[in-house]
Amino acid sequence: MNHVRCHVMVCAGTGCTSSESPKVLAAFEKEIKAHKLQDEVRIVKTGCFGLCSQGPIVMIFPEGACYSKVTELDVPEIVSEHIVKGRIVTRLLHMEGDEGKSATSLSDTQFYKHQLRIALRNCGVINPESIDEYLGADGYTALERILTEQTPPQEIIDCLKKSGLRGRGGAGFSTGLKWQFTHDAVSEDGVKYVCCNADEGDPGAFMDRSVLEGDPFSVIEAMTIAGYTIGSNQGYIYIRAEYPIAVKRLEIAIGQARKYGLLGKNILGSDFSFDIELRLGAGAFVCGEETALMTSIEGHRGEPRPRPPFPANKGLFGKPTLLNNVETYANITWILNNGWEKFAAIGTEKSKGTKVFALGGKITNTGLVEIPMGTTLRTIVEDIGGGCPNGKKFKAAQTGGPSGGCIPAELIDTPIDYDSLTAIGSMMGSGGLIVMDEDNCMVDIAKFFLEFCVDESCGKCAPCRIGTKRLYDLLCKITDGKGTLEDLDTIEELCYHLKSSALCALGQSAPNPVLSTLRYFRDEYVAHVVEKRCPAGVCRNLLRYEIDPGKCKGCTLCAKNCPVGAITGAVKAPHIIDQNKCIKCGLCQSNCRFDAITKR
Amino acid sequence: MPNCKTAVPYKGTPAQEERLRKVIEEHKGQPGATMPVLQAAQEIFGYLPEEVQIMVAEGLDIPLSEVYGVATFYSFFSLNPKGKYQISVCLGTACYVKGSADVLSAVEQKLSITPGGITSDGLFSLDACRCIGACGLAPVMMINDDVYGRLTPAQVGPILDKYIKMG
Repeated sequence: MNHVRCHVMVCAGTGCTSSESPKVLAAFEKEIKAHKLQDEVRIVKTGCFGLCSQGPIVMIFPEGACYSKVTELDVPEIVSEHIVKGRIVTRLLHMEGDEGKSATSLSDTQFYKHQLRIALRNCGVINPESIDEYLGADGYTALERILTEQTPPQEIIDCLKKSGLRGRGGAGFSTGLKWQFTHDAVSEDGVKYVCCNADEGDPGAFMDRSVLEGDPFSVIEAMTIAGYTIGSNQGYIYIRAEYPIAVKRLEIAIGQARKYGLLGKNILGSDFSFDIELRLGAGAFVCGEETALMTSIEGHRGEPRPRPPFPANKGLFGKPTLLNNVETYANITWILNNGWEKFAAIGTEKSKGTKVFALGGKITNTGLVEIPMGTTLRTIVEDIGGGCPNGKKFKAAQTGGPSGGCIPAELIDTPIDYDSLTAIGSMMGSGGLIVMDEDNCMVDIAKFFLEFCVDESCGKCAPCRIGTKRLYDLLCKITDGKGTLEDLDTIEELCYHLKSSALCALGQSAPNPVLSTLRYFRDEYVAHVVEKRCPAGVCRNLLRYEIDPGKCKGCTLCAKNCPVGAITGAVKAPHIIDQNKCIKCGLCQSNCRFDAITKR
Repeated sequence: MPNCKTAVPYKGTPAQEERLRKVIEEHKGQPGATMPVLQAAQEIFGYLPEEVQIMVAEGLDIPLSEVYGVATFYSFFSLNPKGKYQISVCLGTACYVKGSADVLSAVEQKLSITPGGITSDGLFSLDACRCIGACGLAPVMMINDDVYGRLTPAQVGPILDKYIKMG
């Protein structure tokens, strides 16, 4: 075998693929060949590094140089300078936001310094389409040990219980207990199932997708161990059809695992057999709820059913079923290989380990971060995320998606763990973390999430089907400037009714964004109701666009672009907007070259 | 209601119907076969007209009402044909807080259609989707497989003109 002196890692996650990383990859292959270096330089297509906003990302080892926003035109320079001559191309190195310093290695950067990668340990490190690379990264050592030593299932369950691992899908139930219940459940014909929830429906969250794109084998190995532990021979991964790259990598991974005898009959020569089937979701948020997910795998409309019976006793096709989410599974082999003590040493008293967050919205470093539980929101937003761009003021962070709540700027020092987030009216959720700045209207955000819940309500139970719609109507009334102060009380009352009477978690948590914004941003609601004003300048019906006659040069550009002909005026004379005709689309403002149009 | 029965006549070819019959044969009798078969059917025909739903129901020997129920429950399934260029504007949270609602209304105005609709010449169909996972590029719009990121409403017109020119 030739000695490989240099590794070029090109990110092939969804974020970088959208920024055309496949072209960069092809350019590297071409250039390396042109320099006849293919024997000493290996090009690796990896999973997500996390710095999605800076993509495409290319890392070159052994130096560990991290290049960001690489285009195919940059590749010849990187190859001839860095790879041939050993001179790092500083122009393309990833720059830190504030200090303008460039980092030669990733671990030096503010973005990575505060992170601890357990679930993402292999993302960006191995080629996700090669089982050999996973094996090289200690993959399948846990399963091999368990099968050769015939570890008693109770020992595995006890290890998980002591580690303190809680479900990463949102509710935070103890993973060890879940395994225990399914292990103890009796199935008449001996059939049990292991399911993986990869139906990441929370808009703005992409943790599970990145794990599956970057390290699909860790999930498959953990599911196989789960099968051994609870006594199941069949697994299902329920994944969103919207994630084509993740689906493809899972298919490849399952195929390779079967070929290596790590899935299928008599795994590693033992008498344990286990196989996994993929099931594609079809775009229904409610299918992330465990009972709805199982109804969907069974081939029906994804409607939830009342619990109990819990899936551990009566789940998929009426059999005892273990259901964990992707990130939870990604933690399992790490715990089994490194010991529960090491995992339990990370995090806070009741929340152990790390959590992956998808950082998005008004933040400089959009991307994927994994932090120890208990890290404060300030560290995430200011240090890792680099704060809000364009010098805007941080206003709130939203966690937990449509089921979560907003954390206001004054609570920025809250430690991020399951219990602290619940205490302030939000929730951990699956890990979406959206940052909002002073230009975001909190009433509008609450309305946005509610509209989502109205769309996604399955319609089975009346509180959710009708309640979310009525709540949405009330919020529309407020953003239209027709609300009254009594409406605010009605909203609150309706929220509590919905919370206590909806059938599943979707309906029970749908009021959370409304309640938390009412709690922390009541003044914004009042401004909409009493002053008929949207302080952030978002709600269209409360807006007025006006032309400053002092600044307007009469270039007529706004009048030409106005879709409804609401702007009039002679050439080279200040123009006027007819407020009765104006539909507040904002095109005039975005087209004005003289900054003459103001929004109030 | 955007997902109601389409007025466009069914234009399935015998070759397409043969492909569907094969898929049905492979899945027949398996538990939970409805969704994988409908997903394959949508891939073959591009959408799920009544005729295709009847074929699936008869093939799998399940009531048509159940097939229709599943086809209308999931947003991925469409009872209407899609345009030559399928536009989806992301309304996920990360895109929304960065102004994707304005991008969507710019598309609506330019093409005079709303989400779920198709232009009368069949060139464009428009959908609002929830998160394609490219949050780092927010706000994002996809036209078929092309991703347009960091959009402003003013950029929408020129982008669509490019496709109109290609026809």
